[in-house]
Amino acid sequence: MLTLHDVQAGYGRTTILHGINVEVRAGEVVTVVGANGAGKTTTLRTIVGLVRPTAGRITFEGEEIGRLSPHEVVARGITLIPEGRQLFPFMSVRDNLRMGAYTPHARARMAQTLDEVLDLFPRVREKLEQHAGSLSGGEQQMVAIARGMMARPKLLMFDEPSLGLAPIIVSQVFDVVEQIVRTGVTVLLVEQNVFRTLSIADRGYVLENGAIAMSDSGAALLRDDHVRRAYLGI
Amino acid sequence: MDTFVQLVLNGLMLGGLFAIISVGLTLIFGIIRLVNFAHGELLMVGMYLTWIGTTQLGVHPYVLAPAVVLVLFVVGLLIQRFILQPLLEARDAHVQIFATVGLSTALINLALLVFGADLYATPSSGVRDSIAIGPYRILVGQLVMFVCGIAVVAALHLFMERSYLGRAIRATAQHRAAAQLMGVDVKRIYMVTFGIGAACVGLAAVLVAPIYPASPTVGTYFVLTAFVVVVLGGMGSLHGAFIGALIIGLVDSLSGFYIAPDLKEVVIFGLFIGILLLRPTGLFGLGRGSE
Repeated sequence: MLTLHDVQAGYGRTTILHGINVEVRAGEVVTVVGANGAGKTTTLRTIVGLVRPTAGRITFEGEEIGRLSPHEVVARGITLIPEGRQLFPFMSVRDNLRMGAYTPHARARMAQTLDEVLDLFPRVREKLEQHAGSLSGGEQQMVAIARGMMARPKLLMFDEPSLGLAPIIVSQVFDVVEQIVRTGVTVLLVEQNVFRTLSIADRGYVLENGAIAMSDSGAALLRDDHVRRAYLGI
Repeated sequence: MDTFVQLVLNGLMLGGLFAIISVGLTLIFGIIRLVNFAHGELLMVGMYLTWIGTTQLGVHPYVLAPAVVLVLFVVGLLIQRFILQPLLEARDAHVQIFATVGLSTALINLALLVFGADLYATPSSGVRDSIAIGPYRILVGQLVMFVCGIAVVAALHLFMERSYLGRAIRATAQHRAAAQLMGVDVKRIYMVTFGIGAACVGLAAVLVAPIYPASPTVGTYFVLTAFVVVVLGGMGSLHGAFIGALIIGLVDSLSGFYIAPDLKEVVIFGLFIGILLLRPTGLFGLGRGSE
């Protein structure tokens, strides 16, 4: 479905990704794990078009998307739920969700999607008329995920959904991610919470200093000595 | 007392005009984060267009409103697309502001070249007739400005709150990168926003032309005042611009009578400096709301 082929990318003169290869097949849950600064966020930003790759190819459903603008990538069915939530703070939660369904494809089925998404997030339903900026961090993360789902994406990408949240909220966020996975959406998940992430992933990539250090099934990576030492502290 | 009420009426009517001009200015600032120094020259262009249309076609200036608004919308779109957008990609945003200053100078000199420094008065059949409200009198043209001012602000408010495009415009102002992730084409949003700002000025031009003659520098007077309105209301705030416009209209009218006509601009700009010193975010400041 999505293939990154020797992708290099960075900011200005700084190269962050030194030619990475990642593949996500339809229906899979794939994760990219790694330490802070390894290039996980840059990988997602490059896929969605916020960062232009300086070399390599990105294809989605057979089409080269590496030179497209973000709105063109989103229109093809890739949605990124960004790190740090990035809600529209002075809009109501309802308007944030409406923005999630901005593409013509999503807009046509917005009422139905909204019902489905709110069934998944009963707490969000109670806050629909509040300003998004007035919610707690955990609530904001739920709205950010709900907003991403409003796009009815073929590929849903999460960037550090548990970042900066209290442990009990982190657990709720992962519950939600697992529920979304069960709906059959293809998921690319980037996380620092390596144990929980590898537990739900079909396959995982370990990103170190902008290069793929290893890749395997989620279960195999969980058993791997290097991964256990470096990321699980075992 | 009668004089005072009459002056208040005059001030509110004038405020309606300032509202139309200021709303466009504050919209461009609030969304694109750009101070458009060519705003007055867009007004000037609209006034010449109104003069040409009225004298060549022999129609009432008000009839030209849809056409002038549309032309200015397109002009605004093109300015954003071909002058400001390439600069945004190339360098930091300050260059864009200098570009609007350059555009302003270029348009003034273009007008000088084409029309000379003469004043072009648009025929004003009926616009200067007055309506009696009890002991008070209002010019038809003033009343139209006031009504249009309210209508423009209300329409823009509804557009921003209710429509998909309006919501996308607000989203872009609140978080540009997140808006892109929703599938919003930010370049298109900026073009439309500049277009709407210019279109507002186009409407203002049609309303001003029958009352105030067109000249190359006509925009300066109105838009300098509009800058005061925008700062008073809070840069980027639509209803702030409306309230600010009414206040400045009143100040203009009252100080012109009770202090001295020659000094009313001194009063307005004294107020401007006072706001900047005491409450730089204005009445409904946007200080919040941005990235």
